[in-house]
Amino acid sequence: MVDATGQRRADVAVADGAVVAVEPELEPSSDAVVLDAARCVVAPGLVDLHTHLREPGREEAERIESGARAAALGGYTAVLAMPNTEPAIDSVAVVRQVLDLGASAVTDVAVAGAITVGREGERLAPLAEMAALGVRLFTDDGSGVQDARLMRRALEYASVLDVVLAQHCEEARLAAGGQMHEGEWSSRLGVPGIPAEAEELMVHRDISLSRLTGARVHLLHLSTAGSVALVEAAKTEGLAVTAEAAPHHLCLTDAEVAGYDTAFKVNPPLRGTADVAAVRAGLASGAIDAIATDHAPHAQEAKEAPFDQAPPGMIGLETALAVSMTELADQLPIAAILALLSWRPAQIAGLSAEHGGPVAPGASANLCVIDPSATWVVDPARSASRSRNTPFTGRRLTGRARHTVYRGEPVVVDGEAQR
Amino acid sequence: MSDPMSDPMSGPAADPAADPGGWPVTATRHLLSIADLGRDGINEVMRVTDSFVEVGRRAIPKVPALRGKTVVSLFCEDSTRTRLSFETAARRLSADTMNFSASSSSLSKGESLRDTVETIDAMGVHALVVRHFSAGVPWQVASWVSAAVVNAGDGWHEHPTQALLDCYTIRESIGADAGLEGLRIAIVGDVKHSRVARSNVLAFSALGAEVTIVAPPTLLPPSLAGWPVVVSNDLDGVLPKSDVVYLLRLQTERATESLLPSVREYTAGYGLTRERGALLAERALVMHPGPMNRGVEIAAELAGLPNSLVTRQVANGVAVRMAVLYLLLGSGADLGA
Repeated sequence: MVDATGQRRADVAVADGAVVAVEPELEPSSDAVVLDAARCVVAPGLVDLHTHLREPGREEAERIESGARAAALGGYTAVLAMPNTEPAIDSVAVVRQVLDLGASAVTDVAVAGAITVGREGERLAPLAEMAALGVRLFTDDGSGVQDARLMRRALEYASVLDVVLAQHCEEARLAAGGQMHEGEWSSRLGVPGIPAEAEELMVHRDISLSRLTGARVHLLHLSTAGSVALVEAAKTEGLAVTAEAAPHHLCLTDAEVAGYDTAFKVNPPLRGTADVAAVRAGLASGAIDAIATDHAPHAQEAKEAPFDQAPPGMIGLETALAVSMTELADQLPIAAILALLSWRPAQIAGLSAEHGGPVAPGASANLCVIDPSATWVVDPARSASRSRNTPFTGRRLTGRARHTVYRGEPVVVDGEAQR
Repeated sequence: MSDPMSDPMSGPAADPAADPGGWPVTATRHLLSIADLGRDGINEVMRVTDSFVEVGRRAIPKVPALRGKTVVSLFCEDSTRTRLSFETAARRLSADTMNFSASSSSLSKGESLRDTVETIDAMGVHALVVRHFSAGVPWQVASWVSAAVVNAGDGWHEHPTQALLDCYTIRESIGADAGLEGLRIAIVGDVKHSRVARSNVLAFSALGAEVTIVAPPTLLPPSLAGWPVVVSNDLDGVLPKSDVVYLLRLQTERATESLLPSVREYTAGYGLTRERGALLAERALVMHPGPMNRGVEIAAELAGLPNSLVTRQVANGVAVRMAVLYLLLGSGADLGA
């Protein structure tokens, strides 16, 4: 049993959606469902800060139901649905729609609201009205809020709402037209690039705005060495800044684009070797608080386009845990990896009451059981997502969610979704 | 000719991601990049081209080498000379040709590129000659079809048959069978957006030439790491030391994108003006892939000088493309038949 309070050998008993006992050698009652966890790690369910569920508007790529199932298979018990749907989640009505659809899903589906109306970066969305429905994180993700004055006002306005504003850091004019990381590979491949500085400029700006307003800022999917250094400095200064990184940015580089496979097109783009090393170091040092999937499903026909016309994005809910364990096992103990995947993101998203542990009597029974030595090969055809756009096809990974318990219900047992 | 089906256009596929220090290498039975060929492959194309240049001089410039083969040109970007050159090459080899252009096709009716390509492939064609405005499309097409794919230009990326015909044209002019060893070649202009430059840097350097790129900083690729070139922005200093001056086409919209203050300023700094013509070494060769902007990258009177190879480039284009199609589809028929 591993959670934020430490690790110990114990059985966990669950009833009526809550943990009722955590003790060695519990004797199950005769009518209990027993999940075998021998040689496994029992942990609080994982929490994804960054999930594109596509509903409403792009149901051919994903639905809330299918995305949540993929999440449960990956060990998640809560996901935060990003607002770049069609229409955008920028009003009470759309927040309610997504919450309603999420109510029957196999994980909690928390909602991120848009900062600006239609994510157009021009005027504030009704932040207080959405916050009143429980929205705890706002972002225009997919693009950054370009107007520094508007972003300042959003931070000031939101600072009394007990919410966090999150930024997709990308200076749009500098990044304009870019399809991959700008550098050696983009130059060889003749593909327009997105310089690292397009991200770092906005990271720097939003750290400055956090200093100016005193408001919390969460920086989404950081991908460059420069961004990691900026966040590290902001934290040293004591600013209210948190950050996340995506699994693909801790192991894949822009060299993957050499064959023009659009599975490797993502935004922020796969960066250089030094950036990957810096992201990993940032996860180890605590500069980066969380691993977030940026699960971004796209229909196969959309991805089968010329590289510069294909939409950016990769699915990741079913591979994030395994990629993190495979890639970081040498650097970090499993408790530290789970902190990045569970309790830290739960705190950032305001979900700590229900998710992220600790696993103790009275806590909500949102749990996952991880087999740290299971090895498996990624096969996109087996994904529960409606999309197949993983960059990890054929990759051998070590570590896998074996069971997932959501509100006391075993929704995944031995790697199989139960509904 | 030795078995044209095996060497040198085939070889083990390399994993592009495994060698971040090298140029991406992919194909076995396709011609996607000059990097697929290497020095030996380029020389083999040159050798086969010699035979087809001879065919081109005959009263009836046609051989039955690819009789029964079908070559489809799939052009998703405007092109006149390259498409005509490939189609002429295919017909002179007695292949059947089909022409598919994006504007008149199902692509403009919303069919995906993959569906279009697979439909054509299902008709049993043998080669697809692909031109596309997006970098990488020939690689994607090659992964979807069983036909051989020839890259006829992909975005800013590569244009391998242009580089092959340029190599052939230089060799023809200097009479060197050994290659371009030690030859000083200046490539001048918009390298950043040029597929011709990317293929020619690979081809010229593979054959031993010393390549200098001359361009304003805004028209250079963001990184030249791994490029076997020297960079200069002093055309006046480079010209007297160059055996070949290769001018790239300047698209006038580069000025509206603020990559340049004006076309006039480009010409003043990087155009082969009449005044600069006097700086050329005595036997220097002047090349241009066409279509030329006379008065922008090259003064009108210089384009017509005897050491300008522009029309030889076009003429050799057909023979080089015959050689490429023959090497890829090789019927084994006797060239002399």
